[in-house]
Amino acid sequence: MKTIGLTATALSVIALSASAAAARDQVQIAGSSTVLPYSTIVAELFGENTDFATPVVESGGSSTGLRRFCEGVGENTIDIANASRAIRDSEIEECAANGVEEIIEVRIGYDGIVFANLADSNSFEFTPSDWFNALSAKVVRDGEIVDNTAANWSEVNPDLPDQEILAFVPGTRHGTREVFEEKVMLQGCEDTGALEVFTAQMGEDEAEAACMTLRTDGRSVDIDGDYTETLARINSSPNGIGVFGLSFYENNTDTLQVASMSGVTPSTETIASGEYPVSRPLFMYVKKAHIGEIPGVKEFAEFFVSDQIAGPDGPLAEYGLVADPELAATQQMVANEETMQ
Amino acid sequence: MTDMPIPGTARPTPARRSSLIEVDPRTRRRNAAEKRFRTYGAVAIGIAVVALAVLLATIIRDGSGAFRQTYLSIPVTLDAERLDPKGNRDVAEMSSVLTLAYGQVLDTALDQAVSGMDLQIQGLTEDDIDGLISREASAQLRSRVLDNPELIGQTVDVNVLVNGRIDGYFKGRVTMASAERDSNISPQQLMLADALAERDLLVTRFNREFITNPDASDQRPEAAGLGVAILGSLYMMLVVLVLSVPIGVAASIYLEEFAPKNRLTDIIEVNIANLAAVPSIVFGILGLAVFINFAGLPQSAPIVGGLVLTLMTLPTIIISTRAALKAVPPSIRDAALGVGASKMQSVFHHVLPLAMPGILTGTIIGLAQALGETAPLLLIGMVAFVREFPAGPPEGLFDPASALPVQIYNWTQRSDPAFVERASGAIIILLIFLLCMNLLAIYLRRKFERRW
Repeated sequence: MKTIGLTATALSVIALSASAAAARDQVQIAGSSTVLPYSTIVAELFGENTDFATPVVESGGSSTGLRRFCEGVGENTIDIANASRAIRDSEIEECAANGVEEIIEVRIGYDGIVFANLADSNSFEFTPSDWFNALSAKVVRDGEIVDNTAANWSEVNPDLPDQEILAFVPGTRHGTREVFEEKVMLQGCEDTGALEVFTAQMGEDEAEAACMTLRTDGRSVDIDGDYTETLARINSSPNGIGVFGLSFYENNTDTLQVASMSGVTPSTETIASGEYPVSRPLFMYVKKAHIGEIPGVKEFAEFFVSDQIAGPDGPLAEYGLVADPELAATQQMVANEETMQ
Repeated sequence: MTDMPIPGTARPTPARRSSLIEVDPRTRRRNAAEKRFRTYGAVAIGIAVVALAVLLATIIRDGSGAFRQTYLSIPVTLDAERLDPKGNRDVAEMSSVLTLAYGQVLDTALDQAVSGMDLQIQGLTEDDIDGLISREASAQLRSRVLDNPELIGQTVDVNVLVNGRIDGYFKGRVTMASAERDSNISPQQLMLADALAERDLLVTRFNREFITNPDASDQRPEAAGLGVAILGSLYMMLVVLVLSVPIGVAASIYLEEFAPKNRLTDIIEVNIANLAAVPSIVFGILGLAVFINFAGLPQSAPIVGGLVLTLMTLPTIIISTRAALKAVPPSIRDAALGVGASKMQSVFHHVLPLAMPGILTGTIIGLAQALGETAPLLLIGMVAFVREFPAGPPEGLFDPASALPVQIYNWTQRSDPAFVERASGAIIILLIFLLCMNLLAIYLRRKFERRW
């Protein structure tokens, strides 16, 4: 009899849930794992310094975050999506189809992508061409397209150390991979003149795709986890070179040394000035329909982009975010709740 | 009888020579085979023990540091002009002063304390000195002042956390050589820390906050704790217990004692066995579809986590309960029925009490399994940064919370190396919980077990 009583209690708990679910008093955020540390830092400060509850921040990747963002409007959907790339047209359409029509795009700053290896091994000075010649599946030799067989960095460029080629690059589900392909591989493809040869042989679209296809003979290793995994892999194979976010490198300068790209050493300054070529903007997408419904959504966005947080002297810059020179415009946009067109 | 030796004739074959002292080749082979098998067994056990020892040693080596933390105690003058510019001691007005200002107050206090010490450290800048204090400290001071506005203007003794790198220095994680290369800490700061430790201002002591504090962001690994995660896990276990035990036990009793044995019950039986082997992430997908998208329950809430884990634990509980019921000898049922008890009376008055130790053990093992589960929680939004403690039950079941295994997963992904220590510390806590539950299961089984 007791069992039946307990079951009844349990069922009533489930029944109760529908009504209790109707009061959410904290902002919910999900998305890019690159933006996650910044988001948690701001969430923590926001909870400490205001009367609002500390927002709940989830990771999962830019695409996952935006998909959940576009699920619809209401208590059970997230309020803000973090993304390390701009929202795609297909995602805007999906959002609109589910009733999420007004989206505020907030650019929170820039992130640099750096190439680093263990601090006590060879140091490197790269150019995009080196990376293309080392990692592309197909390269051009004497006007012919051949499979890439380079085994040593010195084979690719005599100025580089005589070290085996082994690169740990982010897997395809990362936003970082896209930037790496576009700003490094494609750039290198153009610089070496391989793009012209490819275009002549297979047409424009195919050629670009060929430029960004990495070799699969084990010299380039996709890392599907995050930077901590890349670091662990480099620790176990000291010849490896890893692709990291600037902030991760800044927090691990005791074990990692960074390589320069086209003669520029990455730092918040060189990225802000645009000298260091491999960088990308980071975004936060805010659901306008939730402003006023969920307490703190707009306040959080305003707090995030305020000068004392996202400015060049704020805690985010200290952690490795490159402050946006046009922050004032973003602040204005958030204050006016201007949505994307 | 034909093969009996005929009396009087000589034996056709001589008796096989068997001596206790000299072993014949066949026996030797058999003995050798046995010896080999024993060696294999010992080697297997040896490998398992070594693996376990290495695992535990690594975790304890990496994680024990999480239970100790370095604190700084200095007198701080709470400057009224900075903390309450309007001078009304009105909490509402004072809360417009951000943690930033409190950070400055702490910095000034430490600067004064250090300059009064007459230290000879080359190249020690004011920023170096300020960098010693954790960012958490200003938040703690702010909430302390907002609770007691009359503190403003006074000089109070505060006991604050120091930066994670300094803390790492006292635990051996950070060295002078690594500080040389580290952009977040300088050797001068370490020298200053040494000087402060000599004067007993910096003390490393037991870190109770590791158990009680909520999670903290990447910039304050020293303040991160397991409070929300432990509470969230506790809430989920509560839901699992309340739901899975009655449902699981009732289902097993019906299947074992009442249900007719036909094709339908066979199918159900096979399916329950199969469900126990389904990967847990599948339950997460189911939970997302049914509880969040269809039933409209909130994300990141322990209630959803508990419901998903209930589904996952049910097969385990049903299988172990049925095994326990089967182990009760039929004579007990027959005797009960024989003296006129109804079927239900025989089950509830005689069979169930005797099967209880087995049921309890199965339930506890199932709960322990659920406690360590991460994969299904990934999909229902529990792998999150949660800093607010959930309210007391039952409302708290709907508030966002984290869970122990999820917290470990989260910390291993953080970029600050100090989180490695935290993650290992959290593993130790989780292992202690699991160990306690398994010990309880063994104790209950020993205490109530009946042999027939």
